[in-house]
Amino acid sequence: MAEETKREFWRWEETNWVNPDIKWQDAKIITLGIDVGSVSSQAVIMADGRFFAYGNMRTGSDSPNSARNVLKFALEHTDMTEERIDYCIGTGYGRVNVPMADRTVTEIACHARGANFIYGSQVRTVLDVGGQDIKAIRCDDKGKVTNFLMNDKCAAGTGRGMEVFADLLSVPIGDVGERSFQIDREPPPVSSTCVVYAKSEATGLLRKGLMTNEVLAAYCSAMADRIYSLLERVGVEPQFAVTGGMAKNRGVIDRLKKKMGLEPMKTKWDTQLAGAAGAALFGYALCRKGKGRAQ
Amino acid sequence: MITAGIDCGAKNTKTAILNDGNIIGKASVLTGFDQSAAVKESLDLALEGAGMKRDQIQRIGGTGSGAQSIQEADIKVNDMKAIVMAAHCFFPTARTVVDVGAEAARAAKCDEKGGVVDFAINEKCAAGAGTFIEAMARALETPLEGMGLLALSSDNPIPLNAQCTIFAESEVVGLIHAKTEKKDISKAIHDAIARRIVSMIRRIGVNPDIVMLGGVAYNPGFVTALKRELGVDQVYIPESPEFGAAVGAAVVAAKDGNG
Repeated sequence: MAEETKREFWRWEETNWVNPDIKWQDAKIITLGIDVGSVSSQAVIMADGRFFAYGNMRTGSDSPNSARNVLKFALEHTDMTEERIDYCIGTGYGRVNVPMADRTVTEIACHARGANFIYGSQVRTVLDVGGQDIKAIRCDDKGKVTNFLMNDKCAAGTGRGMEVFADLLSVPIGDVGERSFQIDREPPPVSSTCVVYAKSEATGLLRKGLMTNEVLAAYCSAMADRIYSLLERVGVEPQFAVTGGMAKNRGVIDRLKKKMGLEPMKTKWDTQLAGAAGAALFGYALCRKGKGRAQ
Repeated sequence: MITAGIDCGAKNTKTAILNDGNIIGKASVLTGFDQSAAVKESLDLALEGAGMKRDQIQRIGGTGSGAQSIQEADIKVNDMKAIVMAAHCFFPTARTVVDVGAEAARAAKCDEKGGVVDFAINEKCAAGAGTFIEAMARALETPLEGMGLLALSSDNPIPLNAQCTIFAESEVVGLIHAKTEKKDISKAIHDAIARRIVSMIRRIGVNPDIVMLGGVAYNPGFVTALKRELGVDQVYIPESPEFGAAVGAAVVAAKDGNG
C-alpha cells in the first residue's frame, strides 16, 4: 500500500523578515536575542534598539542546533553576517544551548521587556502562552518584572495542548480560532482540564453528534478558563497584553478577554517574538552602558 | 446472600457476583462511550459466567466514576468505601488501600473494622493514573503488557523530568533519539508514576499493611517501584485486583441488605 503523506495539522507557519527601512551598515549597536523554547525558537536582531530582522521556527528535536538554525533563518534575506553582532543574549527553556550567547537572561524578564517594547509602556500585565508553559507577569512602565506566576508542569492551556487537539480533530492549527466561532451556539467547556482526558471527552462529544467546530469551541473555552485562573492568582492590572503563540488563537483569546472584561492591547509585531526581542533589548542596554563585549 | 457489585470505570466496567463473601462470577468489558450499555453487558456476562439469572441476585451495588449510569444498582456505593471494604475483606490487616485504575488513583486509610478514616484522590491528571503508562508504552513502541518486565530488567535510574503525560511523551521521544536504552526509559517511567502516587498516599499516611487494587497492580514494574518509594517490603494484592471496587460494592450491598 502506497504511503500517504500524513497531513501535519499541528504545524504552524515559520516566518522570517528583514526591515527594509534600516541599513544595518549605519547602525552603531547591533544586538541579538535568541529565545529557545521547547516548541519554538526565535532570533531577533535589533539595530540601535529597533527591529532589524527576525526568524521564528520550530525548535525540533535537535535543540543544541536550534539557536544556530534560527539565527541563520533570521539572517537569510540580509547580507549582514553574525560577525557584525555586538552582543547576544540567550533566553528560554533552552538558553543553555545558545552557543553564541554572551550571557543568558530569564525568559520572564525578557518577556516583560519584550512586551513593553512591542505593545508600549502602558502594559502592566503580560500573559505569555507558549509551547509548553503559561506565564502571567506583572511589570512596570519600563518592562521590569514586579510579580509573576508560571505553569510549566501541565499541558492544559499551552500550545502543545492545542497542537494535540488540532491533530485529534484534523484541523490546521491556524484555523482553530476562526472555526471555533463558526457555530450556532456556544457549547459548555469540556469538563476535563487535563489534555489527555479532554481528548477522550472530545471523542465522546463527536460520537454524540457534536460538530468539530463545537468541540473546538468547547476546548478553547476550557483553555480560556484554565488560563484565566492563573491570571486571577497574579492579579490583572490594565493594560493587559498577550505574548507567545497562543495570542494568535482567537478561539482562546476572545473567550478569555470576555471572561476578564478587558480588551487586550494590539500590536503589529509577531507575538512569538517578545522573548527574543526583550533579550536583544537587554543586550542593547548593556552595550549602551559600555558593558558590552571587551574589544 | 447473593449480591453483585458493578464498578463503572473510565476504561472498563467490572462486575463481581458474590455469595456470602465468595466470588462466584465476574466480568470486565470496555466502558466505551455508552456507560449504560457497558454496565448491562458487564452484568450479563458475569451472570452467564456464574451460571445465574438476574433475579437470583438479591442486591446490586454500583460504584466508580460512571456510577450514575448504573440503573441496575439498588445502592450507590462511595468509591472509597468500596475499595476499603474490598481490601478489608481480602486482607483484614489492611490499613492503607491504593487503587490505581486507568484514569484515577485513590488512596484510603482504613481502620480494623473496614471503615474509611481518610482518603486522597487524583482523577484530574493522567500522569497519576494508568493512562500514563499506556501513553508511554505507545511512545516507546512497546506493548503495554511488556512494560513492567522491561522496566525490571534495568538497574540504571535516569531522570524523567516531565510531570505531564503530554510533555513526557516528547521527553521519551527525545530520549529515544539520544539512543537511551528502552529498558532504562521504561524504568524511569515506572519510577515517575510511582513517585507521584506515593506522594498522594503520603497525604493520608503510609500505614502497613498496604493493599493494592486496580488494573495497574498487574504491572510488576509499577509494584516494585511503588514498594521502593513507599519504603516497604510487602504490598498485598488480591487475585484479580481490577475487580476490587466491584467486590467492595457487592459486599456493601450485602451488608446494607441485611439492615
